[in-house]
Amino acid sequence: MEPVIRFRSAVAFAGRFPVLAGVDLDVSGGDVVLLRGANGAGKTSILRAAAGLLRVVSGEARVLGSDLVLDQRAVRRRIGLLGHTSGLYDDLGVSDNVRFALRSSGVSSDRASCALETLGLVGRLADTPVRSLSAGQRRRVALAVLLARDPELWLLDEPHAGLDADHRDLLDGLVKSAASRGRTVVIASHESDRAEPLAGHIATVAGGVVVEVAPGPACRGSEPAEVERIVA
Amino acid sequence: MNPKADTEAGSIDRVREGGSQPPLGSGKAEPFAHRVAQGASSSSGRVTGTSDRVTRILGGSTLITAALTAWLGLVVTPPDKVQGQLVRLIYVHPAVATMCYAGFGLCALASLAYLWPRTRTRRWDRLAAASAEVGVVFCVLTLVTGSIWGRPTWGVWWTWDPRLTITALLCAVFIGYLALRRTGGDPDALAKRSAIVAVVCVLLVPVDHEATTWWASLHQTSTLLRANPLIHGEQLYTMLLSFVAFGLGFAWLVLHRYRVEVLEDRYADEGFDNAISERRAEGGVLTGAGPRSDGVAP
Amino acid sequence: MWRDALLVGSKDLRIEFRSRVTTTQVAPYAVLVLVLFGFAFDQDQNLLTKAAAGLFWVAVLLSSLLAVQRSYAIEATDGARDSLRLSGLDPAGIFLGKTLAVVAELLVLEVLLGFGVVVLFGIELHDPALLVVTCLAASVGLAAAGTLYGMIAAGLRVRETLLPLLILPVVAPVLLGATQAWMAALGTAGGGTDGWKWLSLLISFTVIYVAAGSLAFSILVEES
Repeated sequence: MEPVIRFRSAVAFAGRFPVLAGVDLDVSGGDVVLLRGANGAGKTSILRAAAGLLRVVSGEARVLGSDLVLDQRAVRRRIGLLGHTSGLYDDLGVSDNVRFALRSSGVSSDRASCALETLGLVGRLADTPVRSLSAGQRRRVALAVLLARDPELWLLDEPHAGLDADHRDLLDGLVKSAASRGRTVVIASHESDRAEPLAGHIATVAGGVVVEVAPGPACRGSEPAEVERIVA
Repeated sequence: MNPKADTEAGSIDRVREGGSQPPLGSGKAEPFAHRVAQGASSSSGRVTGTSDRVTRILGGSTLITAALTAWLGLVVTPPDKVQGQLVRLIYVHPAVATMCYAGFGLCALASLAYLWPRTRTRRWDRLAAASAEVGVVFCVLTLVTGSIWGRPTWGVWWTWDPRLTITALLCAVFIGYLALRRTGGDPDALAKRSAIVAVVCVLLVPVDHEATTWWASLHQTSTLLRANPLIHGEQLYTMLLSFVAFGLGFAWLVLHRYRVEVLEDRYADEGFDNAISERRAEGGVLTGAGPRSDGVAP
Repeated sequence: MWRDALLVGSKDLRIEFRSRVTTTQVAPYAVLVLVLFGFAFDQDQNLLTKAAAGLFWVAVLLSSLLAVQRSYAIEATDGARDSLRLSGLDPAGIFLGKTLAVVAELLVLEVLLGFGVVVLFGIELHDPALLVVTCLAASVGLAAAGTLYGMIAAGLRVRETLLPLLILPVVAPVLLGATQAWMAALGTAGGGTDGWKWLSLLISFTVIYVAAGSLAFSILVEES
């Protein structure tokens, strides 16, 4: 089966700086992959490239069977990215934001209420403008959008940042249940103690390349052929 | 032209070259090494400046035709019954204004070619940049020569005549275009933005051209493009020669400016190879000793 | 495409409704511009009446710059632009939606400014049909050109200074057409038949800007 993400020598630039300097990465369906590495190693850029926000200018980049080098838009609606920024409108209320995000990705806004409830964004919070929320609450709103959309590929960038202990546990649960439903999850995080137990595979990123891929604690004994070791 | 020296920096070419390369094994950036090597080989000894035989011939013939136009226009042709000596500006002003249109028109055509995915290469972007800049120069010259002509004939340096006003707007529009080109950032994104602006801006050219007929304007209508041209004989030939002279000068300027763009692109490209290897070295890939301890999360 | 346009347009208007930037800042600014024109012309009522159409449209033009900048400021907050790209909305729909929202704001402003010129500059309205159609066409033209250029300048460090330089000369034909049509309608220029001729110039530019924006947005949204 074709991997959900397949990068080969993927190079991408931010201005004239090569944020990705030849990334090789395979992520197979239903796997949870942790990207770890120092700040500025290229973790976020890998996620943005996979979401089609950062253009891969050379090499191969295929996500969910589509060639991102040729068409970045093709897979957008099948991917969810939880980024550093929440992508929310400051002046809109929580539920308005979620409803707009869902409708603009072609999902019925009926699914909003269930997700909002799961993330504890009900009652007074539902109508509060996002402007007056804390960073952790914003993160929860963005997570509610992701949960309601339930895309085939979840890209989570430092998902634990800003969340309190209860919601971190909730997030871990959501990731596990997504994987059990056959969703593919890629997490970029430097909080190894938190994210590692979730991971089927752990990829180490440094200098804009993936330097090592190793099986993680949650590896479900998938075929060893898919565990690719690229060590210089 | 010099196709080999014209190494493309466009992402499409990068993609093509990159796509045919085998996956990277251990820290070699073949596509870029290949691309930069090609650029280096063609640059060695070939293009160090922006002139070659073509530009020298163009420049020389510009000088000759301009001198001939000056001699015919100032000495041979007679003064006008109504305008007197001032009529001699007809050997400068219309040709300059036409080159201004030519510059903006060429810029818009090159931009359209860049926007069309099948013909998208950096050449069109460079041509657009070069011709817009030359067009702005000729647009300013148009306003200046027109002003010089306007003072004695209309009695004012400037008047809010539609033709003048729209020409001034045209100048402002393309100065804005050039300002946009200087904003930097991702070169491909910038090229696309600029191309869109150029195509929208050029819409003012037909309005400007028709201004004399749409509005009952002070500015006189075309002298040549009518069934019965207003001037004949040596005046007509001198005027036509002025178009040739300024046309050659226009081509000469655009060609030089285009080559400056090529050199600038090459200068920027030479950084790519180093940038990639430096980036990889951050992760310890090129040192050959496996991941450095400081490149890995704690 | 139209579904996406309505979605984006209603989102922008809802944000405007909640933040009230247009009503509390842009509208007072527009009226202030009119009042300042009055100062500048030094109580010469006759001159003001004659120039009313031009002054009205200059005030609309300046306000439209603010409206466009505001329209992109809301997209810039906290990565909203990325989420718009990720959502897979039709780029032409995004363009039309944002344009429609700006049109709605401009129409409100024009009603306000219309009262302003009637009260402050003492003019009489003769040809309401021509006035209203001109307002509609000019608003769409200004909003479309502004939204297109706003997207071009979006994300650039120098957008605040670059945007007016880019927009003002390009919308000059719209300003010209609208002013002349209004002068005809207000009776401050030649015969009333002239107005509809100017309106056709205005409409042709509006159509061009809307078409150019719809086509260009797919390129602009996907860059970088």
